Amino acid sequence: MKPAPFKYIAASSVDHALSLKAEYGDEARFLAGGQSLIPTMNFRLARPAVLIDINGLNDLAGVDRANGESIRVGALARYRDLERDTNFLESCPLFADALPHIAHPQIRNRGTIGGNLSHADPASELPALVVAMEARMRLKSSAREREVAASDFFQGLLTTDIKADEMLLEIAFPAPTPRTGTCFMEIARRRGDFALAGVAAIVTLGEGQRCLKARLALCGVGETPVDASGALRSLIGQPCTGEAIDAAAARVREMIEPSGNVHGSADYQRHIAGILTQRAVGVAFQRAGHGA
Amino acid sequence: MEPDRHDIQLSVNGTSYRRGVESRMLLSDFLRHELLLAGTHVGCEHGVCGACTVLLNGMAVRSCLMLAVQANGHEISTVEDLATPAGELHPVQQAMHDHHGLQCGYCTPGILMTMTAFLKENPQPSEQEVREALSGNLCRCTGYQNIVDAMLAAADTMRAASP
Repeated sequence: MKPAPFKYIAASSVDHALSLKAEYGDEARFLAGGQSLIPTMNFRLARPAVLIDINGLNDLAGVDRANGESIRVGALARYRDLERDTNFLESCPLFADALPHIAHPQIRNRGTIGGNLSHADPASELPALVVAMEARMRLKSSAREREVAASDFFQGLLTTDIKADEMLLEIAFPAPTPRTGTCFMEIARRRGDFALAGVAAIVTLGEGQRCLKARLALCGVGETPVDASGALRSLIGQPCTGEAIDAAAARVREMIEPSGNVHGSADYQRHIAGILTQRAVGVAFQRAGHGA
Repeated sequence: MEPDRHDIQLSVNGTSYRRGVESRMLLSDFLRHELLLAGTHVGCEHGVCGACTVLLNGMAVRSCLMLAVQANGHEISTVEDLATPAGELHPVQQAMHDHHGLQCGYCTPGILMTMTAFLKENPQPSEQEVREALSGNLCRCTGYQNIVDAMLAAADTMRAASP
């Protein structure tokens, strides 16, 4: 037995889970897929006194498109289910690019979107995706419910805006807009490893081939996902040219402060981030033009 | 602190078991120490090596990243479930044997479980797909090439058996 002792409680409903969290606060952790929490418990880096298992809460596992303005994904939706949900992937095509890069099949069979985002590992793909997509996080406690923009949700390394009595319940993605193209790309030394850098780009075209809106977010190059949409500001109102994209990539290299790691230096990460920006923005423009 | 214990009931390889477990017992340790099914190997114990992969309701998962108490009410399959009681190897096992897909064999149970689930869902995989499916299982002996060859051969055998 690797983890330190704890009290295990299988929540029977969302209300039950929230009342337990209200009671135990920071002493308790929610157990979803467990693919990040259990390793840290096995290392005894995390020693929660109470584990609230939410795996039985099936009403948190679905994708809801009933409201035409947004696609609402339950926190307990597993990567595996999202990977196989063609309707969802059509609505949120960045996920079609990104999901295959997340760890390995065995991890994707268990890991959940809510667990990933609550864990807030800046090297992970999904935090960058939700920032690029301007998703909104629905947080709930026994006392209140609120929504937080993805850009305000991530506050630091492995740190989010979730309070001690709250749970991330649902993630709301804006419905896709016409003439929008997206692309996620990353470079990792081996399949399934955390990326040296990853880039999520979203481009919406207006009249002619001119860019109406552009979003860009990166993973793996800072303490939080990095919203680098500012680097694309000069593209707005312009047609997409190689020079404009090169200039945007140069700005991205200046904006980020990667730390470097055993797989690559900070300079190399910066270089990769620029290259990926060029490629991903180019592909997103192409896809927007083809109505994809 | 008194040990936090729970009664669980689960099916492992088609047999139903009831046991009392401490909440912090990992599923991998439960299979090995409580049920004495030592075919599931324990390597890194933090979800990297894949040696402990078992099937949870037919899906490959890392048993070191699940608590035994979480398996309550579920169906688990381990490597002991692959060969027939008479000892006839599963096509994936036979192919590993034929293609020299193992040397020390420590990673093999995890690879067998990962790949039986994969081939069930993808009966006609490309070599690239096989390599990606194997990405979560570390082998330090073979260099993988023989494992990839074995899986492509196993896929052929299984398709021929149930076209």
